[in-house]
Amino acid sequence: MSQQDDGPGGTKPADPAVAGVTSSPSGASTADAPEAQAPGGAASLLSSSGHNNVPMALLNAVLEGSSAVVTILAIILAIIVGGLLIAFTSPPVLHAWSHVFSAPGAAFSQAWDVAASAYSSMFEGAIINPHTVTAAFHGGSTEAIFNPLSETAVNATPLILAGLAVALAFRAGMFNIGATGQFIGGAMIAGWIGFAVHLPMVIHVVVAVIGGFVGGAIVGWFVGDLKARTGAHEVIVTIMLNYVMEYLILFLLGLAVFRAAGSPNPISPPVMNNAMLPHLAGANLRINAGFLVALAAAVVIAWLLSRTTLGFELRTVGANQNAARAAGMSPERTWVKVMFICGGLAGLAGASVVLGTDFALTPQIYGTFGIDAITVALLGRAKPGGVVLAALLYGSLNAGSVTMQAATQIPVDIATVIQALIVLFVAAPPFVREVFHLRARRAGAEGQLLAKGWSS
Amino acid sequence: MSREAALQLELRGITKRFGSLVANDSIDLTVETGEIHALLGENGAGKSTLMNVLYGLLQPDAGQILLDGKPVSFHNPREALNAGIGMVHQHFMLVPVFTVAENVMLGVERTTVLGLLNRRRARKDVLELSVRYGLAVDPDALVEDLPVGIQQRVEIVKALHREASIVILDEPTAVLTPGETNELFRIMRELKASGKSIIFISHKLKEVQEIADRVTVIRRGQVVGSPPPSATDEELASLMVGRAVELKVHKEPARPGEVTLDIQGLRVTDVTGRAVVNDVSLEVHSGEIVGIAGVQGNGQTELCEAILGLQHVAAGSIHVGGKDLTGAKTRVVLESGVSYIPEDRQEDGIVERFSLAENLVLDLYNRPPYASGMALHLDAIRESATKHMEEYDIRATSIDMTVGTLSGGNQQKVIVARELGRDVRLLVANQPTRGLDVGSIEFVHNEIVAARDHGTAVLICSTELDEIYALADRIVVMYEGQIAGERPPTVSIEELGLLMAGAGRSEHAQQVQPA
Repeated sequence: MSQQDDGPGGTKPADPAVAGVTSSPSGASTADAPEAQAPGGAASLLSSSGHNNVPMALLNAVLEGSSAVVTILAIILAIIVGGLLIAFTSPPVLHAWSHVFSAPGAAFSQAWDVAASAYSSMFEGAIINPHTVTAAFHGGSTEAIFNPLSETAVNATPLILAGLAVALAFRAGMFNIGATGQFIGGAMIAGWIGFAVHLPMVIHVVVAVIGGFVGGAIVGWFVGDLKARTGAHEVIVTIMLNYVMEYLILFLLGLAVFRAAGSPNPISPPVMNNAMLPHLAGANLRINAGFLVALAAAVVIAWLLSRTTLGFELRTVGANQNAARAAGMSPERTWVKVMFICGGLAGLAGASVVLGTDFALTPQIYGTFGIDAITVALLGRAKPGGVVLAALLYGSLNAGSVTMQAATQIPVDIATVIQALIVLFVAAPPFVREVFHLRARRAGAEGQLLAKGWSS
Repeated sequence: MSREAALQLELRGITKRFGSLVANDSIDLTVETGEIHALLGENGAGKSTLMNVLYGLLQPDAGQILLDGKPVSFHNPREALNAGIGMVHQHFMLVPVFTVAENVMLGVERTTVLGLLNRRRARKDVLELSVRYGLAVDPDALVEDLPVGIQQRVEIVKALHREASIVILDEPTAVLTPGETNELFRIMRELKASGKSIIFISHKLKEVQEIADRVTVIRRGQVVGSPPPSATDEELASLMVGRAVELKVHKEPARPGEVTLDIQGLRVTDVTGRAVVNDVSLEVHSGEIVGIAGVQGNGQTELCEAILGLQHVAAGSIHVGGKDLTGAKTRVVLESGVSYIPEDRQEDGIVERFSLAENLVLDLYNRPPYASGMALHLDAIRESATKHMEEYDIRATSIDMTVGTLSGGNQQKVIVARELGRDVRLLVANQPTRGLDVGSIEFVHNEIVAARDHGTAVLICSTELDEIYALADRIVVMYEGQIAGERPPTVSIEELGLLMAGAGRSEHAQQVQPA
């Protein structure tokens, strides 16, 4: 089995150019949201001095501010706005619109055509392409039919795992910005075991995946332990650790131990065949066991949250730290445990990339997964099932945008813009309701809210 | 200044529905100029809804608001304010990092010729109002540095600064100490004397009797009567609750057993190293209730938290049932048979976002039968929740309901059910009925007495002397972190008041009984 060449560079949004574009809208949304919370929260600051931490305010805004309906409408709205952007950044459309008064029909139809063809090629790249179905009937490969879905799954895999890493921390009242650093920790160890250690077949990949969990978990544990011992805020620590890990992998790839022999570039030797995550649907489709690992992780986290004492503790600590203490729980110990698991999940994401799609360590291996994980967790409302759905949506946009660029020359960046728009709209439920003329919740619910605020 | 003239307010047939719930059912209410009109009712009776309608926060489904006989309608608080109606919410709407003057001018900022904020004018206005109504508010103080009672006055200044003729006070005494309450009443009388009308929302009978000129009782969204303020406690309470209420707790004399809680020389310090609990020695026997009386902030909370392992013990020892629990972890304390009803239920007692079932096992979730190893037994949790909900009469539609949506009384019942629904050796209860209505207080008191009769040792802290008298078999007074004296429950309220004010500090050991 050798590396596949059908566009690994394109499907993986690791190019520096894309990375720059992705991080800026996500970064902006995470920075602005707490500020937007501040005026509303100010009135209640007096009474609830213990509850005014920013991650929780942001999480509450997402968890309680928007229903599933609003989330879906936000996605629809984002796709509509994205369509307008596609249309009105396209030169033919702009040209048609400069003659809008002489030929208004042409202007509108041109705009519609561009947006529609962009989205349909995106659909073909992410879900199914009718041409491949017809081709299959005329002796083409059946695998080609499933290639888009396979690409979506491959793109979603690290997002599910890293998204869970952020979501679980959210549930414990922590804002894990450090999925990037934890991802790198996992990728490094999984990759090293993959290319440097000789082990028998099945065992090798299992050990490498476990190594990925441990690598990320150590980074996560460090954050949790620092917070528990010294009160260091996890947002600061994780952001700083991201830099540390980004430079650490660059440094390691300069050492003989990590660099491929004779390579002029900072890139590790390829992962051995034994350590690769096995393909699930034949060698021509990239979908691999990493996807199953991700789904299993989501199930385990769902079980952990609802069915275990640790899950109960972490939800209590996340929802009301004082009550947790009074009930005999130790928030400090919970933070350490939770960050250990979160780091491990992000580490698994790293393992899934290095053992499933990239097969070698590179300085940019972390791409934008760690940042996208935050938006995936928010969009998934910090619930494991929601994270899986959100990651699949993001994965399909990423996978589809590559096909779209190939077919229509519209840049892949539009997927990032749509992703950013979704989060933007999810974070602004009143706006979405206004657009769709939705009644503001049930009248009763709002009345109760008022009543709750002003009388005990 | 026509606005200085007082207004007569009339509400006619106000109806407000939330879905199927009728929060206000054609309510009629008249507030004459210059009177203090008390709106009495249990939590959830619809008082706040009615006031939110009057203040323009909610739109009525039917009915009319008349000012001096002219119909008006308010679509938002600004319109209500412009018409001369001001409201002081239970939770203050102040910006903590602003000064008093800045808070007062917020929303009605005046500017100088240069377009800058006219802070001097705001200061002057605050001082003027402060002097005129005896409010004693420093315009330059930062709001976050002020005690709750003063913050409330800032809210009153805000309303007056907007030239309100009718001031709505929503449960103003819920957050105040007895001393602060008296101050508030003095201010209310000053306001009344200058022709302002006050709508005073409360569920505390004594306060209504003391301050109100007229009383309107609301129950389940309807006006059920307008008794004179001179009506007895029993009359008012039964109107409020809709049935005869036992205001006195029936209890047999205590039969104290062996010492359960033994505290010796306990010292707790705050972050600055100041002793907030200073050399406290205290014994509580099984089957007795020891009531700790004292003005809030005299070390009661720290004492309770130290017993529970929530405060670091600087010196001294704590034994429960002979077991040394000095500096023990909270979990160990709980597992030794200690139950805890914290002072602030929403902050420490429940998780508002959790379901009823989850809150009922908040400090039991890791013990059998609710869990074994890491696995939670959801069936056992649900089963016991259903049982507790019924046994303790928690009014909720199901055990999956979010506790944050329950009324304060029902939230407290959840805590009481959790803490007393198991084998309890020692119950530590800090302000167990704070903010509750008459019916709920009766319930909680009876449960505590029942626990005592089953041999539980009970330590109860309360700033409400009524509660201390109703429950305690022995009364201990705390003042500035120390025990100021111990008295039998027959002690006079005057003597208790003196001890609470620090008069008995030196005679701690002497136990003199003045005539």
